[in-house]
Amino acid sequence: MAVTLPLLILVLPLTMFLVLGLLGNKMSHRFAGVLGTLSMGATATMAYIVAFTYFFSGSPEFIDAETGDRLQAVIFNVDWLHFYKDLTIRLGFLLDPISALLLVVITTISFMVHLYSNGYMEGEKGFQRYFAFLSLFSFSMLGLVVATNIFQMYIFWELVGASSYLLIGFYYTKPSAVSASKKAFIVTRFADLGFLIGILILSFYTGQFTFTDFTSALVDGTTNVYQVSEASAEAVRNIFQTSAAPMFMGASVLTWALVLIFMGGMGKSAMMPLHIWLPDAMEGPTPVSALIHAATMVVAGVYLVARLFPLYLMEVSALEIVTIVGAVTAFYAAMVACTQVDIKRVLAFSTISQIAFMMVALGVARPDIHEGMGYMAGMFHLFTHAMFKALLFLGAGALIHAVHSNDYTSMGGLRKYMPITHITFLIGCLAIAGIWPFSGFFSKDEILSACFEQHVFWGIWMTMVAGLTAFYMFRLYYRIFWWNEPDYGHHKPHDAPWTMSVPLIFLALVSVCAGWIPFGELVTWNGEPYHIHIDWGFVAPLSLGVAVIGIILATVMYRKENALPDKVANSVHWLWNCCYHRFYWDELYMFITHKIIFQGICRPIAWFDRHVIDGAMNGMAFVTNKLSYAIRGFQSGSVQMYVWWYLIGALLLGGILTVCIL
Amino acid sequence: MFSNILIYFVVIPLVMLGLLAICRDVKQIRAVAVTGSLALIGLSIWVLCEYLRLRAGGNTDEMLFMGSWSWFTPLNINLAVGVDGISIAMLLLSSIIVFAGSFASWKIEMPKEFFLWLILLSTGVFGFFISIDMFTMFMFYEVALIPMYLLIGVWGSGNKEYSAMKLTLMLMGGSAFLMLGLIGIYYHSAPEGQPLTWNLLEIAQNDSISKGWQYFLFPMTFVGFGVLGAMFPFHTWSPDGHASAPTAVSMLHAGVLMKLGGYGCFRVAMYLMPTAANDLAWIFLILTGISVVYGAFSACVQTDLKYINAYSSVSHCGLVLFAILMINTTAMTGAIMQMLSHGLMTALFFALIGMIYGRTHTRDIRLMGGLMKIMPFLAVCYVIAGMASLGLPGLSGFVAEMTIFVGSFEHADFFHRAFTIVACCSIVITAVYILRVVGKLLFGPVYDEHHLTLTDATWWERLSTVTLIVCVAAIGCFPNFFANLIRFTFDPAFFRALGM
Repeated sequence: MAVTLPLLILVLPLTMFLVLGLLGNKMSHRFAGVLGTLSMGATATMAYIVAFTYFFSGSPEFIDAETGDRLQAVIFNVDWLHFYKDLTIRLGFLLDPISALLLVVITTISFMVHLYSNGYMEGEKGFQRYFAFLSLFSFSMLGLVVATNIFQMYIFWELVGASSYLLIGFYYTKPSAVSASKKAFIVTRFADLGFLIGILILSFYTGQFTFTDFTSALVDGTTNVYQVSEASAEAVRNIFQTSAAPMFMGASVLTWALVLIFMGGMGKSAMMPLHIWLPDAMEGPTPVSALIHAATMVVAGVYLVARLFPLYLMEVSALEIVTIVGAVTAFYAAMVACTQVDIKRVLAFSTISQIAFMMVALGVARPDIHEGMGYMAGMFHLFTHAMFKALLFLGAGALIHAVHSNDYTSMGGLRKYMPITHITFLIGCLAIAGIWPFSGFFSKDEILSACFEQHVFWGIWMTMVAGLTAFYMFRLYYRIFWWNEPDYGHHKPHDAPWTMSVPLIFLALVSVCAGWIPFGELVTWNGEPYHIHIDWGFVAPLSLGVAVIGIILATVMYRKENALPDKVANSVHWLWNCCYHRFYWDELYMFITHKIIFQGICRPIAWFDRHVIDGAMNGMAFVTNKLSYAIRGFQSGSVQMYVWWYLIGALLLGGILTVCIL
Repeated sequence: MFSNILIYFVVIPLVMLGLLAICRDVKQIRAVAVTGSLALIGLSIWVLCEYLRLRAGGNTDEMLFMGSWSWFTPLNINLAVGVDGISIAMLLLSSIIVFAGSFASWKIEMPKEFFLWLILLSTGVFGFFISIDMFTMFMFYEVALIPMYLLIGVWGSGNKEYSAMKLTLMLMGGSAFLMLGLIGIYYHSAPEGQPLTWNLLEIAQNDSISKGWQYFLFPMTFVGFGVLGAMFPFHTWSPDGHASAPTAVSMLHAGVLMKLGGYGCFRVAMYLMPTAANDLAWIFLILTGISVVYGAFSACVQTDLKYINAYSSVSHCGLVLFAILMINTTAMTGAIMQMLSHGLMTALFFALIGMIYGRTHTRDIRLMGGLMKIMPFLAVCYVIAGMASLGLPGLSGFVAEMTIFVGSFEHADFFHRAFTIVACCSIVITAVYILRVVGKLLFGPVYDEHHLTLTDATWWERLSTVTLIVCVAAIGCFPNFFANLIRFTFDPAFFRALGM
């Protein structure tokens, strides 16, 4: 494939960032918005062409003519920074099923969000800056997914973190937004420390950064990198076992590296216990939440695990950690989502929970179970979730735009006033709840099947979470669109302008249809096509049944104003409180950072520096000073004194000499 | 003598000094300062191009543009000059910061005297980087240090007499160690019966310092230079000194002078005494490892902008020495890149702090807030400087730090690994204190109503900051050019002695 299009996909958003960032002040709002949106549209078109070419052109570059396996293709790869031997950071463009998939997802959502923002952000101060940051984010995210090596991924990983920081703190005069952005950056930075150390370990022992070389190319130089045959896996394992420090604290170096890298993924994907930044990140403008904190950046952790999946397969214990973290997070976030009042926070916790679904899917994927179905399911869910969650967030944005509040307590009965928002939001809820034939059903069904195949415990656990999902989403839906209508005053809420409605309608259509995409043919862990079949015998009825029960429960409790929700809350008072306060994670972190690190480490160190280290220096000066004062009396200029001291000295010397001689 | 191009790095500042002496008004002074510093930038770029051309032509000499002129024959003291990739990088850095510093002190009081001392200081700096004779090197080193006393004592702010005295005395204390070390090296510079020499290259060639003497002289010289490099526990001059110094002096001092320390540590201590360097590195690794996290933690609780930046310098410069002590090509390349990066970044920080202080008349972050609304240009520059400092890819801090970490991780033993991971932790702590300042100072509501009337940057301030930002971004976006410039210097000569 020619270099032009892939290169332009990266260069265009970057240029747009520079243009809007440097010259934005000279432009009118409308011009800046239209420029940003058009360029993102162009980027999306190019990404579609690239992805389409990759999946459907049948070119030998992308597909193995004999077996029909999809291949990885490096379109370009430039040396950026050389370290030693083969260790070089390169910036390049890797095309394979998951990167092509993510290209489509990112550019689609980004384009929709650009379009939507023209309406949503109208009249805001810093409109041009907002679009500049959106472009920066799109550039960084695209760079991340097409990374050819783990260090390129880390570079763009940091850049998406920074653009997320800038966008969360977009309303920079609002203290809560500032502290939320700070929190997001620092928590993810902490996670990135693990990622970095993981990269250092991995690159040291393999002598490579490149994904392809981590796995099979290391052994036999074949181009098909998914093929982690027994032989190649064995060879990589040997590399780690013959190295200088193959074991550390009872685990192999490879396990350590993978777990540390996964820590980076946990930070970005808001897995417990590093999830605390995501709910706060909702301080940013709502379209930003849709783009960054629902559809794209937060799935970077999932993408990271998927990208290194062949490596994770070599250390199953690391995959088990992924599963456990994912499963616990999924349940936790779903519980919390049932109690939140702020609609964006409900969606945020729902995002955490859904991402955890993808993690679990990757964690339970094994090549010998249905040909690694979990991997395919995780990626499938990533795709469908991006669409319906962006839809839900943009819908929430339209609601907030209409009623000027984030709390559902100031909403209710809105179905009459905002029909488009209502229908699209309902579609989003049905999709996330996993109702046939909406897209969420298909991907969630695959995940649940994969879980059941791995172990029945995970299957039941995740099915339960799926039920909770349906419950809290419909709780939200009923509270917003049904329940009781508060007094809206003179300005009745109304549907948003077309710039905001078009993205909603488009994403709703995608959320309806996306399930019918033959996903298994396109994206699998080893490039071999896989035929999805819905297990109507067991898993599908089960998941549908659970979802329907969740929805019925929500309908009973929240369709009309009644006292039932309060009764339920009171009957499980302590649980409700725990969930409402998110199991006190924020308080715990506050305690650790403020009381222990800030008061217990930073302050004493600063004190020590000023009083002990610097005190010693000042003390030296002080002693010198005092000493010179003390002995300056000897230089009095009085001759009598000099004679006196001379005599004493002479006598003493004489005495000593006498003693010595005698 | 004047056919050697390097000598002009000293001649131009001296000519500037002469011209400044006869200047009559501030316009002439500015003209001299700007023309002179532009000439220096031009000269360093020209030297860089020549250097690359010669290297591309297959010249593999250790140093290029060598020249030597006898100065004091009985002790064999020469004015010997020569540069390699590292010195050229340092010369570029110095000239850029002198340029930016001249613009940052556009409106200084008593401009004539100020610029006289400032240019004298830079004469010392340039002289230091081109010298390969230890004696002249030391002389230039002192020339660079002494003007600092007056610059802080006269043009400073706050408790300036105390700070000036403290800074000078502590650095002089370092010099005392250093002088002892250098004289010791001189007396062991050649095998029995051959003439003694001060020339670095010859000493390295002779390799005649016995192991016992190395064990004695290495700590002397390393600590001597380490004081200027703000090595723990000899760093306390830095917060006070920087806090009191006027803007341009802070810029030059943190940007360039602290690099003299790192450069000296590696050019003199490590290069001439490889055995001791290999054996004793662990002691200093512990100290510099402490520097890195200690400085960062201290910065977290400071409230004075300059103190925050001074402690952050302790942390970043600690990383320079830390990487030098790792003794491998990658880490050392990273160390030099970190010098470049820290020099530009911290000069930018001090310039911005000076500009903010010039407007609000306070440096206490508790008394300011929401400056983004009032002076967007300065605020945006501050955010960029902060991002560079916390290692955002695309800016210089990231490439330097990553090179250091990857290089340090080459050592597979537990001790080095543990300290590498400790040093890695600094990226998180740095993020904490940078974002704390950015959040408090620039974002949030406007703290003081009086600040609402303040103006944004003037053209000379913009020029000063934009120059530095462009350089920071250039290193961050095209690191391979700089890395190669530095790395090829380390082959083969340097590691011959270190046995790598």
